[in-house]
Amino acid sequence: MKKTKLMVSLILVSSLLFTACGTKDNSENNANSGASKDKGSVYVYNWGEYIDPDVITQFEKETGIEVIYNDFQTNEEMYPLIEKKAVQYDVVCPSDYMIQKMAEHDLLAEINYDNVPNIKNIDPVYLKKAEIFDPGNKYSVPYCWGTVGILYNKTMVDEPIDSWEAIFDEKYNDNILMMDSIRDAYMISLISLGYDQNTTDEAQIEEATEKLKKQHPLVQAYVVDQVRDKMINEEAALGVIYSGEAIYTQRENEDLVYVVPKEGSNVWIDGWVIPKNCQNKENAEAWINFMCREDIALKNFEYITYSTPNKAARELIEDEDIRNSTIAFPGDETLNRCKSFTYLGDEVDALYMNKWLEVKN
Amino acid sequence: MSNNLTKEPPQDEAVVTLIKPARKRISGKSLLSFPYTLWMGAFIIIPLIMIVYYGITADDGGFTLANIKLISEPIYQKALWLSLKLSFISTIICLLIAYPLALILKGMKLKSNSFIVLIMILPMWMNFMLRTIAWLNILERNGIINTVLKALNLPRINVINTPTAIVIGMVYNFLPFMILPIYNSLAKIDDDVINAARDLGANNLTTLRKIIFPLSLPGVISGITMVFVPSLTTFVISNVLGGSKINLIGNLIEQKFQQENNWNAGSGLSLVLMIFILISMTVIAKYDKEGDSTNVW
Repeated sequence: MKKTKLMVSLILVSSLLFTACGTKDNSENNANSGASKDKGSVYVYNWGEYIDPDVITQFEKETGIEVIYNDFQTNEEMYPLIEKKAVQYDVVCPSDYMIQKMAEHDLLAEINYDNVPNIKNIDPVYLKKAEIFDPGNKYSVPYCWGTVGILYNKTMVDEPIDSWEAIFDEKYNDNILMMDSIRDAYMISLISLGYDQNTTDEAQIEEATEKLKKQHPLVQAYVVDQVRDKMINEEAALGVIYSGEAIYTQRENEDLVYVVPKEGSNVWIDGWVIPKNCQNKENAEAWINFMCREDIALKNFEYITYSTPNKAARELIEDEDIRNSTIAFPGDETLNRCKSFTYLGDEVDALYMNKWLEVKN
Repeated sequence: MSNNLTKEPPQDEAVVTLIKPARKRISGKSLLSFPYTLWMGAFIIIPLIMIVYYGITADDGGFTLANIKLISEPIYQKALWLSLKLSFISTIICLLIAYPLALILKGMKLKSNSFIVLIMILPMWMNFMLRTIAWLNILERNGIINTVLKALNLPRINVINTPTAIVIGMVYNFLPFMILPIYNSLAKIDDDVINAARDLGANNLTTLRKIIFPLSLPGVISGITMVFVPSLTTFVISNVLGGSKINLIGNLIEQKFQQENNWNAGSGLSLVLMIFILISMTVIAKYDKEGDSTNVW
């Protein structure tokens, strides 16, 4: 009985999909079929351009849960909304150090893995990595991961780039796109000075600040998402970029090369978490479970090209070049020189923010 | 009202029925204005009170002036002065472009000038953000202008991520707000007044200086406010066209809210900005005494 109702509602949704748009269909569907009437909705807060829009529609179709979807550009922008409980999101996708910060501030609910059977698809390697910021994998399920590196246009530089020093080089004045994200910017400066990217030492942070200040006149623009289009349009020779964007930009412009500098870099994991004040916890778990399904993870990977921790999905990638791409799935040699961010405490956070303000002014 | 009624001696029925409709009309009126009162309360008064509250309290809720004093730090002063400078420049440019255009519009026949006014407003139907991003594509290194220059073998211009680009963005986005009030006030000037000036021997320049300009002043003043205030507070234009390299006071306030999670400091800086806007409003009120303020809406 339930099945036929589901079928009816599926047919209804798919027929409605051709006539009208997203959320409206769903409410009509809810009213008409009744099968999904009590399923309610799920409020999702994710990074910008970090999902295949089809996946959202497919989730709505298959589960009958209405998705209200919003996006953010940086972890720092997302945090206050959750902390101040300005909006009650059910499922959010922050990065490693931010997950740790949210957990330490008691903002996260423990995930009930009984509702997330697809966790079996996630490579244990990444679950283990996630334990650095989320011991016991209590609060988060890895969604995407990657490295931070330099994307350069080989026709616009004199030699192959392999060091962070290139983006501090006066030779490339006005040809550098710097990351407009505090921790990433400091990571680069600290590593190039030979320090730890998670340092809390004031003198080291000060030194890194000086280096970033010196870099400021050389920088063409501070960007996050815009770096992609600007590099494709050959606006600059060098840009700091997340590895996931690199494959996409290379598809659009063959002259672009991605490199993880020899000094080392940051390896990050973004994971789904459920805020404590969520309204629809089970729907949130259904969402996380859906994201872990191999075909969905594959679909997302093909659309956003960010590395997936989903073992089953990776095996499904048809294009051998991509499946074995060292950008999407870097080898141990690269990963061994990369480290993850950890949450440094509110005081050090504030110090970084003040110094970053100095850099940019 | 009800208090007054109970004190008064009882009236005969005829008078009561006469009063009743009148009272009904008043309550009908206040009923009609209720949505506006609610709107103003919910979306103007309460947010303002919240900004004042956050602006004068510290993180723990205690009273402090530290958020407002933040403006005395060099970083914020620099941003404030740059904002004032750039919005002043763009207001002047807007005025210099808009005034002659409004004069031309006034001189034209009715049909064609309403068409031109429509063309001036047309871009405003499009999203503000899109219009600004369009300018990014025009001004970029490999943008439209530079592609044309390159095709003509001319040297490239480097405008993007400079204050010039921000001024261009401000002028483009806010120009209609200057043209319309000036045009409105010019259109109101009776031709007879101008003819009288001519009869009395004034040449074109004298008529413009002594008759037309003073009479159009209210429009000029409201045009100036409507360009200056949004230019002073913008952060979108400077973010997109300045490459996040040039920080206006609006950007710093935005960062306080979005990056630093420091709503108190952000509100404190907003209060300072409001003081500057209030000052400009006071200047305007002084010139705009005649009432008759000409606004686009």
